[in-house]
Amino acid sequence: MFLKNYILTVYRSVKSLLTGMKITGYYFFHPKKIVTQEYPDNRATLQMFDRFKGEVTMPHNQNNEHRCTGCQACEIACPNGTIKIITKQEILPDGKKKKRLDTFVYHHDMCTLCNMCIIACPSDAIVMAQTFEHSVYDKKLLKKVLNAEGSKLMEGVE
Amino acid sequence: MRGLIEEDYTTQEGEFVINIGPQHPSTHGVLHLKVWLNGETIIKVQPHLGYIHRSIEKMSESLSYRNFIFATSRMDYLAAHINNEACALAVEKGLQIEAPPRARVVRTILAELTRLSSHQLWWASTGLDLGAVTPFFYAFREREAILDIMDETCGARLTQNFLVPGGLMADIHPNFQKRTKEVLKQIKENFKEYDELLTENVIFQNRTKNVGILNKQDALSFGVTGPTARASGLSCDIRKWAPYSAYSMVEFDEILDEGCDSYSRYMVRMKEMRQSVNIIEQLIDNIPEGDFQEKTKNVIKLPKGDFYQRVETPRGELGVYIVSDGASSPYRIKYRSPNFSNLSVLPELAKGCKIGDLVAIMSTIDLVIPDIDR
Ligand code: SF4
Ligand code: SF4
Repeated sequence: MFLKNYILTVYRSVKSLLTGMKITGYYFFHPKKIVTQEYPDNRATLQMFDRFKGEVTMPHNQNNEHRCTGCQACEIACPNGTIKIITKQEILPDGKKKKRLDTFVYHHDMCTLCNMCIIACPSDAIVMAQTFEHSVYDKKLLKKVLNAEGSKLMEGVE
Repeated sequence: MRGLIEEDYTTQEGEFVINIGPQHPSTHGVLHLKVWLNGETIIKVQPHLGYIHRSIEKMSESLSYRNFIFATSRMDYLAAHINNEACALAVEKGLQIEAPPRARVVRTILAELTRLSSHQLWWASTGLDLGAVTPFFYAFREREAILDIMDETCGARLTQNFLVPGGLMADIHPNFQKRTKEVLKQIKENFKEYDELLTENVIFQNRTKNVGILNKQDALSFGVTGPTARASGLSCDIRKWAPYSAYSMVEFDEILDEGCDSYSRYMVRMKEMRQSVNIIEQLIDNIPEGDFQEKTKNVIKLPKGDFYQRVETPRGELGVYIVSDGASSPYRIKYRSPNFSNLSVLPELAKGCKIGDLVAIMSTIDLVIPDIDR
């Protein structure tokens, strides 16, 4: 009885191990079924999803114009003070004074990519970019100014 | 605290103390276990916490009701969506609004996908902890596919932050339904591989069966919830007991097991994965049309009072308790995290076991340490 049980246990054990090995063997002979991607070798073909949150950016059109009015809604919406909006007074052609964006400072190192600023912006001035290789040697490089040099507010955005 | 623990137990002749951790023990997080041993037998285990305390509760007191949600993704990072959902539901309770049907159904689908991916990572790391490296890669194959769904619709793989009080942040991606169905099909086919690789493996069975017995009474008195408690026959599924989002619309079984040991905790989770697939299948073709967000005021203010919402995360019951004094940020927030209570039972389970069993017990309780420390 003891011997029979012993042999049965050994038989079951070996069988269960072989069952597991069968799967490994199956994939060894079916390399097409393997889904591993070899980053960074696949950089050329690697495509991120269009909603992927990589970093906050401000799109400009060909005339170097953006849509940011400097209303600071994004600065208030940000949970950890990543965005600093610096505004300036501008005198319009009709003589009226108007608040305009001077510098949009974005601390990428602090950003949690939570999307709150994007949904808070009333004029869709900022979007998430799909970039993801952000490592740099100097932390200072992660402090970015999003509005381009000499850019101004797009016509018709209030 | 530390002094207290040392006085608590003096080592006898032939006994010694070892420290497990606080380095990162594979996927669980930074936990430090102080173990008193006699040979290989465990006399006493003392968990030391606080290595990744980030003060999320205190931080939330200075954030608005819209903004405090994002931080909860970092508590139980394997179930970020469900944590977000708990907070959103709690704020909605305070505002006395309900998310539109579309948002509720999408939330439920995403929550179940989260549960699937979390259980898959748990399955992978359990294998890894017990010396089986291969399962890890098979589980990550499916988990990756689920994270792709998350990535496409929510914009992030782990810390989604896709919910706002009142609904979703954006509508679902046009590919959402198609991709989810594909992934479900793949997962259902591959459950068989999971069983062949690990469940039926004789070494794995010997290492988990009759190890770490947690009886029903202990589970109840330690406040253990989730699959860990259900493996001791304690019915505690919040999705059944207090349905939220769209759980009242679907039919599913609460998985119970009377085995009480590590192997039944394992089996409960394996069966729960199949139930999650079942729930998603019922909902994926029936996402109602309409708004994805209930309109809320720009600045959300909750009325004076306190609001409590509980949800079922992959690891147990998460409670969000908000005390409001009528201002635009909470007066006090308290999270009742499932992992903290589940960890409290670990010393009880490990007593008298061998040191090798401690790993089996720890991994089948399925701890995520950042959720304990918060
Ligand atoms: S994504 Fe979040 S953390 Fe980053 S700038 Fe926007 S609001 Fe701030
Ligand atoms: S980015 Fe949008 S929200 Fe922020 S200051 Fe500019 S217009 Fe206002």
